[in-house]
Amino acid sequence: MTPLIEARGITRIIDGVTPTTLVAGIDFSMAAGEFVAITGPSGSGKSSLLYLLGLLDIPTQGEVLVNGRPTRDLDEEARAAMRLSQLGFVFQFHFLLPEFSAMENVMLPMRALGKRSEAQMRKRAFEILDSLGLADHAFKRPDQMSGGQRQRVAIARSLANDPLVILADEPTGNLDTHSSAQVLAIMRGIVDSSRDSDRKAIVIVTHDLDLAAKADRRVHIVDGKIAATPY
Amino acid sequence: MNLVLSIALTHVRARVRQTIVGVIGVATGVGFSVMMAALMEGSQNDFVTQLVDALPHISVTDQRRDPPRQPSQDAYDAVEIRGLSTPVTRPGIKNPYAIIASIEAWGAGAVAPSVQSRAVLRFAGRDTAASVIGVDPRREIYVSKLGTQIVSGSLDDLYKTSNAIILGSGLARKIGARVGNSVTLVGGVGRAVSANVVALSHSGVNQIDETQSYTLLKTAQILAGQTGLVNEIRIKTPDAMEARDIALRVERETGYKALSWLEANEDLMSAFQIRNFIMFAVVGAILLVASFGTYNIISTITHEKTRDIAIMKSIGLPAKIVRRIFVVEGLVIGVLGVVIGWALGFAMSWGMGQVEFKSPFMDATRLPILYSPLHYAIAGGVALAASAVAGYFPARKAASLRPVEIIRGAS
Repeated sequence: MTPLIEARGITRIIDGVTPTTLVAGIDFSMAAGEFVAITGPSGSGKSSLLYLLGLLDIPTQGEVLVNGRPTRDLDEEARAAMRLSQLGFVFQFHFLLPEFSAMENVMLPMRALGKRSEAQMRKRAFEILDSLGLADHAFKRPDQMSGGQRQRVAIARSLANDPLVILADEPTGNLDTHSSAQVLAIMRGIVDSSRDSDRKAIVIVTHDLDLAAKADRRVHIVDGKIAATPY
Repeated sequence: MNLVLSIALTHVRARVRQTIVGVIGVATGVGFSVMMAALMEGSQNDFVTQLVDALPHISVTDQRRDPPRQPSQDAYDAVEIRGLSTPVTRPGIKNPYAIIASIEAWGAGAVAPSVQSRAVLRFAGRDTAASVIGVDPRREIYVSKLGTQIVSGSLDDLYKTSNAIILGSGLARKIGARVGNSVTLVGGVGRAVSANVVALSHSGVNQIDETQSYTLLKTAQILAGQTGLVNEIRIKTPDAMEARDIALRVERETGYKALSWLEANEDLMSAFQIRNFIMFAVVGAILLVASFGTYNIISTITHEKTRDIAIMKSIGLPAKIVRRIFVVEGLVIGVLGVVIGWALGFAMSWGMGQVEFKSPFMDATRLPILYSPLHYAIAGGVALAASAVAGYFPARKAASLRPVEIIRGAS
């Protein structure tokens, strides 16, 4: 089966007086239905790897394939189009647009993709928010919600265009224990519920070892390279 | 609502104070541009209209631009003539009605002869210098506004009384004469004519009203001592702007110097061109300054929205949509500013039009204002273009942001 995301020997070096290697020759593959955790110490290159896998950054060497499609020769517009339709992102900070309600934030990727009518977008956005327990908060702006609620709205937004892969960078990094558990349960639920259709996967960057332990697979990064998992 | 418009409007709405400042900047620019253009072009048109109304479109006089060509010049290729004495001829245009008939035959316009002479006007023991213009009333009404400027009596009264005269209202006031009085005119050659005041004229220009008077051609010819001759033929062309071409033809056909109002006022027309250039430069500068305000606001918004831009791009919004969002924000400020500016411009123009302007040389008048849709279209178009450009540069910068750098910095 074609991996949803595959990295072939990717390296990312930042040019400068002293070039910095963020990721060094990593091979990575992820199949549908997988929940993968990327762990590692601070500055090890785990977020950089996630950005490369999510087409937010371009590898200096190597290649990233999304659903079997090479991305090296894609221009920025094509990469953006691929991110919009096939990938979903959740960051440590919720990164919601502050002037828009939860509904409008969730509708944003759908409106950018432009494949649904306004009514369909509203219906889908509300359904996603409802499934994440946010029906009562659908018309609130981010500043009217708690940190956990905002992060759940961010997850809802990442699901808006029904992506193949959700990439999450420390999604529980700013949350309390209760909210972290909620977010983790939601992500686990997303993968589990899509297992029958075999068309969704989640890759999560985390410091949280409890969270990593709940993933199907764990990839440990040290100094930009995959290392043996320490425990 | 369209995604771009919805985000742009939300950004603009969220920054009410900045938006208001930007809108006021554009509105002020548009308003003052419209008002200035209305005032400048209004005054120019008013001046030209007065000029065209007051003067004949073409004045044919008994002068010649070049000395008459000598027969030897036609017989030999190389001829140089020096010290040629000018033949003594009686001043004036001979056979004026034959010339008038020939000009009228090809449709140059309305044509009227006149005799210009100076005379001393004597009334109640006082002598006053006056300009006496001999006219043909039946023709005069088609080439000048004299017919409509009669305030007491009528132009045709010149026919009804022997040696009738129409005095300028200022001149009549100056000498204390009224309709029905008899005045004595003493011409330049010493001939005295007794004339009855049959009407008064009022042009509104003090210099004219205080010095000019009108008689029949014959009376003026007697005063000037040039019976049968006129010294000016005036032509009112159907289109004032064609006067130059028609004058050339008249001159070619009659041999007399035909001066169009455009040629006579060439320096003034050049001055108007310079004035228009200055006006457009000032208006452009006003709008440019207003566009800096818009640029500043959109720049501030893009700076404040760097993180939002990064997240929109990371989600997958194409750069062109991000760019459009900020260009549209500039345009939203521009459109609001233009609409308010139009209203402001109209109000200021109307207000200026109410200002009464008093001059020692003319009757009291209001500032002439030209309400032209073109002024509104130009000011609005330039302001919108400036707003779009002001939005474009910050927008381009926003669209070129690499989201990963912002996200990495924020994480």
